[in-house]
Amino acid sequence: MQLGYQCLGPALENGAIVMRELDAPDGLQRGLQAEQEPGRYRVTQDPHHRYFAWANGPQAIKPQVFAAKESLWRVERDAAGRLQFAAMLPVVPKQAIIGVRACDLAALALQDAHFLREGRRDAHYAQRRAQLFLVAVQCAEPAATCFCASTGDGPTPTAGHDLALAELADGFVIEAGSDKGQAVLDALNLSPATSQQIEAARRQGEAAAAAQTRGLPARNLRDALMSRLEHLRWDEVAARCLACGNCTAVCPTCFCHAEVDVPALDGETSQHERIWDSCFGETHGHLHGFNVRSDIKSRYRQWLTHKLATWHDQFGRSGCVGCGRCIAWCPVGIDLTEEVAALTAGGVQP
Amino acid sequence: MNAPHTIDSGAPHAATVVARTQESPTIFTLGLRLDDAAAHAAYRFAPGQFNMLYLYGVGEVPISIMSDPEDRDGIGHTIRAVGRVTRGLAALQPGDRVGLRGPFGRGWPLQEMGGRDVVLVTGGLGCAPAVSVIHYVLKRRERFGKLVIIQGVKHADDLIWREQYDRWAKLPDTQVLVAADEGAALWPWHVGRVTGLFDLARFNPARAVAMMCGPEGMMRVTAEHLLARGLPESSLYLSMERNMQCAVGRCGHCQFGGAFVCRDGPVFNWGEVKTLLAHRGF
Repeated sequence: MQLGYQCLGPALENGAIVMRELDAPDGLQRGLQAEQEPGRYRVTQDPHHRYFAWANGPQAIKPQVFAAKESLWRVERDAAGRLQFAAMLPVVPKQAIIGVRACDLAALALQDAHFLREGRRDAHYAQRRAQLFLVAVQCAEPAATCFCASTGDGPTPTAGHDLALAELADGFVIEAGSDKGQAVLDALNLSPATSQQIEAARRQGEAAAAAQTRGLPARNLRDALMSRLEHLRWDEVAARCLACGNCTAVCPTCFCHAEVDVPALDGETSQHERIWDSCFGETHGHLHGFNVRSDIKSRYRQWLTHKLATWHDQFGRSGCVGCGRCIAWCPVGIDLTEEVAALTAGGVQP
Repeated sequence: MNAPHTIDSGAPHAATVVARTQESPTIFTLGLRLDDAAAHAAYRFAPGQFNMLYLYGVGEVPISIMSDPEDRDGIGHTIRAVGRVTRGLAALQPGDRVGLRGPFGRGWPLQEMGGRDVVLVTGGLGCAPAVSVIHYVLKRRERFGKLVIIQGVKHADDLIWREQYDRWAKLPDTQVLVAADEGAALWPWHVGRVTGLFDLARFNPARAVAMMCGPEGMMRVTAEHLLARGLPESSLYLSMERNMQCAVGRCGHCQFGGAFVCRDGPVFNWGEVKTLLAHRGF
């Protein structure tokens, strides 16, 4: 805060741990934890009263860089009917997010690859992204829905952070991941970590990986899934899926958005906005006269095959970082690791 | 393939309707000129690319460009009035204003057409993205072999540009085959499926390049026929249509497998998309 950052950290809101602005240096809440199961998220108390004993909440970094709703440009119409267009860029304060996880950092790298693509950088995303200072935390207690060890993205932050913390019984081991992070470390009056503490942090990460019970059968499921596009399991999961889009809203890598025009009441101006959209929505595949994906089966298949298969074509890796949010926040508890297991029962070969 | 012409992907250019033609009861053509004279002079596109047209206070739609790339008067768009934006665009008259972003995407493989027979198979309003190729070939006729234009419509009344088809049919080395599922009085062409015309098409499959634009079912059947006649898969192209909102490969709606149709297409080689086209729902 002294460095001019707006600080976001974990806070309890509507029964979930969310990132909210901290109003004082001691505003960071202790003792929060959350039990997660398919279709279930319950905030509990950590008996050890730690700061970061929770695994993750429904959102972390994505809404700060890819805003759920923002204006792209506006247009003014004069009395003669002439139109004048002007781009609208967000004004964003310097922002520090405290408590992001390794899965969130991996997801951010994918969002960067999408929105900051060479030759077509998204100005809105870029503006927000440049303001971020990321304080990552090693996950000591993964939720039952977590499977970042299987995707190779956690539980210990290794890249993309400015600072990385490991919370131990006797304090924090802090590491800088960038020059910005190092500058902050240098300004603080900290004592060097002992070799025992560094070793304890390493063991804590290993234990957190070993504690994960879910997983995907391979890092690259492209050919496995694309060769099973007519598998009966798609019908079966479609019968359970409500097509509510919760999974896409909480997914830290989903990037779909709709563009809509919002005219002012006086009729003289209009703003062109983008808002998060979901491939589970009815309008996502809409074309004049027909819908490319009129049934839930094709929408679930679109989502899962994009995330785990065709993402490889686009970004050279899977679009899943193992955060498990889509599992916990699905109102009917559909578990993508279970769906993949059913689709690839008998092996992942095409 | 044509290298996509990149422009500022932010706010649209203001543009003015300079010409309006009613092509059929629901189809119309707008010629547009960018209000900024320098921007208009600098505007370049390749046949097969598209623009996002913006109707004030309502929104944008992707529309392929049908005019000749060298025609500097107006940028042509043939549109069917079918949704909120296109019905509003239909009401515009010369002098009215719109917004224009573009051009976007990858166009037809013009470089690969040199010296070869050119076969165009289109259905319904799929003729619009392909008509710029016809103009392109006719303006540079000596550079190409035979030109075969095959167009199918549901009903005889749906056929636009009738005089043009008549005119093209009289040109040397040019064959025009038109079909309507349902005919009408004085309909001079074939009644029935467009596929019924394929055997009449005269071209050399070994030296032809074929381009398709229309309903996906029609394009699948056409591809089967052309490949069976000996056209190599690498000589077969199609223009795809999907929901497009950003036009720069960002909003995600137009994804077809790993491809963003707005950026990696709309024109694809058959081999790039044939596997997924066999499945409904992508």
